[in-house]
Amino acid sequence: MTVAGNLLVGTRKGVFVVGRHGREWRIDRAELLGDPVTMVLGERDGTLHAAQDMGHFGVKLKRSRDGGATWEERPVPAFPPKPEDVVDLDPMRGTPIPWDTKRVWAFEGSQRDGELWCGTIPGGLFHSRDGGDSWQLVESLWKHPDRKFWVGGGADYPGIHSVLVDPRDPDVVRIGVSCGGLWMSRDGGASWNCYGQGLRADYAPPDQAYERRGQDAHRLAQCAAKPDHIWIQHHNGIFRSTDGGLTCTEIKNAQPSVFGFPVVVDPEDPLTAWFVPGRKDQWRYPVDGALVVSRTRDGGESFDVLRKGLPQQHAYDLVYRHGLDIDADGATLAFGSTTGNLFVSEDEGDSWQNVSHYLPPIYCLRFVN
Amino acid sequence: MASLHFTQNLARHTACPTAAIAAGTVAELLERYFESWPGVRDYVLDNQGEVRHHVKVLVDGRNLRDRCKLTDHLQPNSEVYVFQALSGG
Repeated sequence: MTVAGNLLVGTRKGVFVVGRHGREWRIDRAELLGDPVTMVLGERDGTLHAAQDMGHFGVKLKRSRDGGATWEERPVPAFPPKPEDVVDLDPMRGTPIPWDTKRVWAFEGSQRDGELWCGTIPGGLFHSRDGGDSWQLVESLWKHPDRKFWVGGGADYPGIHSVLVDPRDPDVVRIGVSCGGLWMSRDGGASWNCYGQGLRADYAPPDQAYERRGQDAHRLAQCAAKPDHIWIQHHNGIFRSTDGGLTCTEIKNAQPSVFGFPVVVDPEDPLTAWFVPGRKDQWRYPVDGALVVSRTRDGGESFDVLRKGLPQQHAYDLVYRHGLDIDADGATLAFGSTTGNLFVSEDEGDSWQNVSHYLPPIYCLRFVN
Repeated sequence: MASLHFTQNLARHTACPTAAIAAGTVAELLERYFESWPGVRDYVLDNQGEVRHHVKVLVDGRNLRDRCKLTDHLQPNSEVYVFQALSGG
């Protein structure tokens, strides 16, 4: 069994390296202070990546090869010049979609050395084969005629928030789009199809509720040992697929609610998944002000509501879609909230220890080993 | 030659010393500056080569008029300042 290592936490005011010291987790480093870090990644070889959103000066990517002590600026995925005759409008607002990287929203490696995938707002997917020294826009997706169905959700423009590289074959890549559904390529990104039959949008008119290209899948999670098992935390519910995302089944009995952003799945057991629910989309805070994690061990037939170590009164934490992670050991989990609370569990979520109450709003976190 | 100055808030991220450059337009001025300081480009311009939404450019005390193609003309002794706008922070 592996032992959980460090946590990399991206916040509104920088990135924090949190280390495990026996049974205690402590903040060991605070880096890139002052600027928002919207995405982090630790590669197998220990290389760390952090994506910054500098507000005034745009998106930047930083890379560290010494555990976060020093960071070097690396190229940012960029869109090509927009041809003057191309019309590219958000279908809901009718406003132009900028061909400009506004946020790095997904960042994943693969089993191939040096291969990285990057999803952005607006919905661009970028590919690197040299560890992020250069990036290529996946034009087959950007130019796909069905991209015109994608709409912005919480952000003004649609974005790619999840990239799942199939552990059996790195040419099989699935992505999640808010709001644009679940897409898959079986040929390393050369061609794409939209799947996710059964996803249901209750924010759309009844005749459009099952339109696959407009689904607001908040986050996708794939079981490492059984990659055809995919969990989806959707805007209005939880869904599960056992056929690689082709079809999805809605799980309606999650407690205390079905609304939320993040989901993680046990790396070995595809029936076990965790969520951090919030009270419905209009409110977006924990039900009754009690912060809980929900866990199913039977594929969504039943849910445990895990409260031990979490505030149960007047807690208004929201956990963003990249704010929950599970270590490869399958037992250690961590989540961080908009209120700056960071919690770790070493017993599959049964109990939680607080690492800090005072971090800036947390955008994302990952275990790095 | 026109003088080009950058906010110290940008110097926190990347070297951007003041420079005197012969140029007829702001576009020419920046392109020539980026030849020496290529790391500054992406902080000031977006993917389409337009001035970033929350970056402010002043030419002889007036806001840049053409933020898309930067065609504003320069005088031989123009002063160009690149600031961060108060928006977007």
